[in-house]
Amino acid sequence: MHLDHPHDGPAAVSADAHRPDGSHRALRIGLGGPVGSGKTATVAALCRALRDELSLAVVTNDIYTREDAEFLLREAVLPPERITAVETGACPHTAIRDDISANLEAVEDLEDEVGPLDLVLVESGGDNLTATFSKGLVDAQIFVIDVAGGDDIPRKGGPGVTTADLLVINKTDLAPYVGSDLARMAADAKAQRAELPVVFQSLRTEAGVTDVAAWVRSQLAAWTA
Amino acid sequence: MSRAALLVLADGRFPAGGHAHSGGAEAAVKAGRINGASSLEEFCRGRLHTAGLVSASLSAAAVLGVDPVELDAAADARTPSPALRTAARKLGRQLMRAARATWPSAELDALAREFPKGAHQPVVLGVAARAAGLDAVDAAYCAAYESVSGPASATVRLLSLDPFDATAVLARLAPELDRVADRAVEAAREVAEVGVDALPAASAPLLEISAELHAAWPVRLFAS
Repeated sequence: MHLDHPHDGPAAVSADAHRPDGSHRALRIGLGGPVGSGKTATVAALCRALRDELSLAVVTNDIYTREDAEFLLREAVLPPERITAVETGACPHTAIRDDISANLEAVEDLEDEVGPLDLVLVESGGDNLTATFSKGLVDAQIFVIDVAGGDDIPRKGGPGVTTADLLVINKTDLAPYVGSDLARMAADAKAQRAELPVVFQSLRTEAGVTDVAAWVRSQLAAWTA
Repeated sequence: MSRAALLVLADGRFPAGGHAHSGGAEAAVKAGRINGASSLEEFCRGRLHTAGLVSASLSAAAVLGVDPVELDAAADARTPSPALRTAARKLGRQLMRAARATWPSAELDALAREFPKGAHQPVVLGVAARAAGLDAVDAAYCAAYESVSGPASATVRLLSLDPFDATAVLARLAPELDRVADRAVEAAREVAEVGVDALPAASAPLLEISAELHAAWPVRLFAS
C-alpha cells in the first residue's frame, strides 16, 4: 500500500493519514480478543466516556450476526448512524487483517456520512489469540482478554497478547471466584510485552474504563500533534 | 503484459472482499439443495452457466474497451434481485480499492469517480484486468472461476465438507470453465461491434429468489 501520497479519486486508500481533500482523517483504533472477554462492553464504556468530548463512530465485525452492533444500539451509546456492522463470512480475522476492504469502506462511509470524526473504534468479532488488525486498517490496537478465560493466557502469548499496543485484562472482579492469580497474569504479561502497557480493568467498579479511555486520549493527542 | 498477473488477480487471497460471500451457497445449504460434494457440483455447474457466463462476458467486454458505464447498466438489467445488485456493487467497490492499489490506472480512477459506491464487480474486474495488461479471455476465466470457487470454499465452511472433495469439484468443472470463458469472449467481441444487447442474459431464478430470502435472515455466516 502507498502510505504517504494521496490517491486521485473519491476514496482514501488504506492507511493514508489524510483524506482526499488533504485534511487529517480520524484515528482508528482496533479492539480484538477472544469471545466473551468484554470487547463490546469496553467499546460501549469508551463511547460513554468519550462521546461528549470527541466525534466518535464504531464499526463492528460480528462472526455471524449483528449482535454486537445491536447491543451498542440498544444501549444507545451512540446515535445509530454512527454504528456500522461489517459481515465477515465466518472469519473476523480475515476481515480485520487479510482482507480489510469491507472495514475500510465502513470507516470511510462513516467519515463521509457523519464526519468529520476524531476517532473510529473498530471492534473485531471474538476470535483466537492470533487475531490482530492490519496496519492498513487501524493505527493502534487494543487486545482484550479476561481473567475468567484462564490466568495462563498472558503466559501463552500469541500475536494479540504480545504485540497489541494496549493489553486489557478485563473482569478483574471475577478473579477470586475463578481462582485467577492477577499478580501472575501481570508478571506473565510483562514478560511477554516488555514496555508495552497493560491495563487491569473491571467495568463493574467505579473506575470502569477510565484507564483505557486515558490511553485512547493519549493516542489521539499523538495522532493529532 | 504479464500472464502471471492473472494469478494475482484470480488468487482467492486477493483482498477484494470475496471471503464474506457464498455466491448463494448458504441459502442453498439451508434449503437442503447442497448437502455434499455431488450437489455442490450441480449447484456450481448451474451457477457457472448462468451468473458465471454473464459475469465472464461483462468482464471480457470491459477488457476489450467497451464503456464500463454501459456495461454496468447491462449488469443491472441482468440482475433482477436487489440484494444481488447490492452485493455486486459492494464487491465491485472492494475490488476497485484493491485493484487501484495493485495496478494504478487512470481508467480505474475514472470508474471509481463514476461509481463512488461501487460498479458491478464483473465490470470492475474487467477494467482491473485491462489495467493489469491482461486479455479478455483472462478476465473471462477469472470471472467464471470466481462464480464457482466462491460457493465451493463457502460450502467447506458451511457443511464442514472435506476440502479435498470441494477442490475436486472445481477440477471436474475445468473443461466447462474453458467453454464458458470461450463463449464469454465471443459474446464480448460481438458487444464491441453491435452493443451490450449482445451480452448473454442467462439467469438462475432460484439464485435470485433465494438471495432475497437470505438477505432477510437475522443470523447468517455470509453476506450473500
